[in-house]
Amino acid sequence: MQQAEFLKIVTPFQDKLYRLAKRLLVSREEAEDATQEILLKLWSKSKKMGTYNNVEAFAMTMTKNFCLDRLKSRQASNLKLVHSNYRENDSSLQKKIEANDSVSWVQKIMEELPEQQKMVLQLRDIEAYDYDEISEMLEMKPTAVRVALSRARKTVREKLIQKHNYGIG
Amino acid sequence: MELDKIERLLERYFEGETTLSEEEKLRAYFSQGEVAQHLEQYAPLFSYFSTSKEEKFTKSIPLSQKNTKSTWSYKWLSVAAVTVLLLGVYFGKSYQDEKQLEKQRARYAYEETKKALDLLAQNFERGTEKVAYLNEFVEAKDKVYNKN
Repeated sequence: MQQAEFLKIVTPFQDKLYRLAKRLLVSREEAEDATQEILLKLWSKSKKMGTYNNVEAFAMTMTKNFCLDRLKSRQASNLKLVHSNYRENDSSLQKKIEANDSVSWVQKIMEELPEQQKMVLQLRDIEAYDYDEISEMLEMKPTAVRVALSRARKTVREKLIQKHNYGIG
Repeated sequence: MELDKIERLLERYFEGETTLSEEEKLRAYFSQGEVAQHLEQYAPLFSYFSTSKEEKFTKSIPLSQKNTKSTWSYKWLSVAAVTVLLLGVYFGKSYQDEKQLEKQRARYAYEETKKALDLLAQNFERGTEKVAYLNEFVEAKDKVYNKN
């Protein structure tokens, strides 16, 4: 497969891969590295690409697995310490800005969700995929996707109302 | 859109029962300026969804042709290696056969030479037998001389 041909297939959804990676890994640099690596992996498999009936869903699944692996290894190594330090600084800085920016509260709330709910919410409410696509991408049953989505939305609502009542929103 | 319709949609939204087009309607409602006061708390949610969709992947992908090329050359490298190996086996075999034949010829030549030399030795022996008589004569002559 030629480069141009590959890029033509990949370009429509590479931003979506990046956004999912960023949703999971939080840091922009890490998400960019992850996306780059996934696209390169996809390129190395480009000969077999014709056999996948849905390249986009396949790439999404790759992204999901890659990022979850990253998170797991981060948890296992002392990298977590470094990162949480970094987050600490970041969040205190962020808090100042957030006091008058209720939109980024939503981001903060989403960060606190469990990984699976994060992904479901990302794919449904931001990328607007239908349930069948999401269940293929995340390797979940469609009913499980619905349940996770409803739970995620309700958690976000609850926390949003809390903030609202504190008078920050 | 009427307020009660939006409220109903919101309710179903949190239950995970809305369709994609209904969710699109909700986003549209919250992105326009006028939102009912009791629904204002949801506005950041939907505007966050809309804005985070704008984020783009800006890093370039360092694609190279090396990838496909290297697999190509590996394939041909293995073909070449097998050819060389087969040729080696074939010529090695014939070389071995030739050596075997040479050895046989050498052995044959050796045997023939040995036979010839044996023959020569036998004839020499016959010669020395005759010379033995001469010795007898010399001895007799010595006896005669010694007596004098």
